[in-house]
Amino acid sequence: MLWQTILSGLAVGSLYALSAIGLVLIFKTSNIVNFAQGQMAMLSTFVAFQMLTRWGFPYWLAALASLVFALVFGFFVYIVFLSRLKRAEVLSQIILTLGLYLVFRGVAGVLWGNVPFTMPAAVSTNTVHIGSAVVTWYQLFIMIVTLLLMLVFYAMFRYTKTGLAMRAVSQNQQAARLMGVSLTRIYGATWAVSTALGAIAGLLIAPILFLSPSFMDSVAVKAFAAAVLGGFSSLPGAVLGGLVLGVMESVFGFYISTDLKSTFVFLLIIGILYVRPQGLFGTREVKKV
Amino acid sequence: MTSERNLRMARLLVVALAALAAPFVVMPLGSQMSYILDMSVIFCIVAVALNLLTGFSGQVSLGHAAFLMVGEYVSSLLTLNLNWSFWIALPLSAVVTGILGFLIGLPAVRLSGNFLAVATMGFSFAVPELALKWSGLTNGSSGLMPLRPALGSYVLGSDQAYYFLILACLVVQIIVIKNLLKSRTGRAFQAIRDSEIAAQSSGVRVGYNKALVFSISAGFTGIAGSLYAHYINFVSPNDFTVQDSFLFLAMIVVGGLASIPGSILGAIVINTINQLSSSFGQYSIILVGAVMVLAVLLFPKGLVSLRVPPHARKPRHSSRGSARVTREVESPDVP
Repeated sequence: MLWQTILSGLAVGSLYALSAIGLVLIFKTSNIVNFAQGQMAMLSTFVAFQMLTRWGFPYWLAALASLVFALVFGFFVYIVFLSRLKRAEVLSQIILTLGLYLVFRGVAGVLWGNVPFTMPAAVSTNTVHIGSAVVTWYQLFIMIVTLLLMLVFYAMFRYTKTGLAMRAVSQNQQAARLMGVSLTRIYGATWAVSTALGAIAGLLIAPILFLSPSFMDSVAVKAFAAAVLGGFSSLPGAVLGGLVLGVMESVFGFYISTDLKSTFVFLLIIGILYVRPQGLFGTREVKKV
Repeated sequence: MTSERNLRMARLLVVALAALAAPFVVMPLGSQMSYILDMSVIFCIVAVALNLLTGFSGQVSLGHAAFLMVGEYVSSLLTLNLNWSFWIALPLSAVVTGILGFLIGLPAVRLSGNFLAVATMGFSFAVPELALKWSGLTNGSSGLMPLRPALGSYVLGSDQAYYFLILACLVVQIIVIKNLLKSRTGRAFQAIRDSEIAAQSSGVRVGYNKALVFSISAGFTGIAGSLYAHYINFVSPNDFTVQDSFLFLAMIVVGGLASIPGSILGAIVINTINQLSSSFGQYSIILVGAVMVLAVLLFPKGLVSLRVPPHARKPRHSSRGSARVTREVESPDVP
């Protein structure tokens, strides 16, 4: 029974990890925490839903369209809004992304209403036995997709020129710029990729929850928690943070209470930040006077 | 100097007259208008409290919706279950919320900016969940029904009478915070905002002061929660969500950080837009979100930056006013 709880925790946790990677990517390169990330993922998921159920496209085409939409959308949001903030004031950034959160939520409400929809899943939700645990094919699918995406990301960061430029920007913007890296392009690319990651998480989780304008809220807050857990500036940390959070939440829900999950997550964040303000895997920021 | 003081007094007089006349002008326009007016003043209290924390001390909070709810529940439970008078429950809700704020503020000692926003946002999610779960005490989603307070035998039943109660609380709050900001503690808050390291090397206890300002801000928000509960006469776990925390931050940013007139202006503007457009459903949050986005992009220093403060033209160097001059002339620099 414990194994089963852990396995389903890992499946949910990998979704948190995907969203958390999106948050961390943006934070690492541009030092912005994107509070609208969950809503952007929600809109992208609705695009797939619209094509799939209203216009009758096949699943793969709808998912692809949703990803393309997310890439363009993320780039657009950065270029139109975030790049216009002249001085990097944390509070202005927070307010800006919170304002976008409200706008995106409202737009989804206008277009699709607040009635929850059922989102079709990519693979069947039949169960399969692994040892003594019973999991669904869908949960395995989620874990495999997450694993593949991580590998792709690792390769992208390690071996491509864009990945190198992203790493350079996150280390030292000034130096990267002097080496001929276009900051606007890299920031735009980061926003595009992060939004696409959120969209994948949204597409994967929508069949488990119901699809509505608020369906990513609970996922988004846990993605934040996962990112904080992992230190907010470490990609492997975000992945581990997401998985640890998923498993702990699942175990907590099974043995104690499912109604108090958010409270548990909140206490966890507060507790961890109290002991290790830089997160579990983050490096301590040394301020120079 | 004297003309400047006269100008200040004149401006204060105009604001005071406007505040006193407001209910007699607005309330004949109908019950929706009087509701908007009363709610605006309640949110003024929240915005001033949040600006003390964010604008003057440099700490972000997305947890103020939760503090508001704690204030609501404490006051309702004390008056309903223990039959205590509202006049005791009101300050006690500030005390309880303040203690809670101190506890939430403790991790804040080591956090700043985005991390603090994320940690406090969790609080806004947790409190409604706890209120729903702990139904033995809170009556769950059926809610509690606190009554309007009474002065002797006179019940503050009308929106007009209640307006003056809220206004009195706001005035007391502003006087307390204005004096606090001029005191040693208040200067410590602002020093921490400008540079934690500089403050610490000048002998300011950074950790204690950061938790303290969290506690004071939460306490005032608790008062607003109590006032709200006894105004609406219904308290439920869905009263304030994390979205309201966003709105409170929007109020102080739209109005102006580190400015008390800014907090009031922002609270009135955002609340009025929000309430007037609420009948348009989803379009309402699009409008409020768009106002937040545009305000940050077009007036990053808030609406108050559109007027030139009288003493910005010639800086004064008297020892008494120096704290205020630097505060208003220089841009509020929030880390």
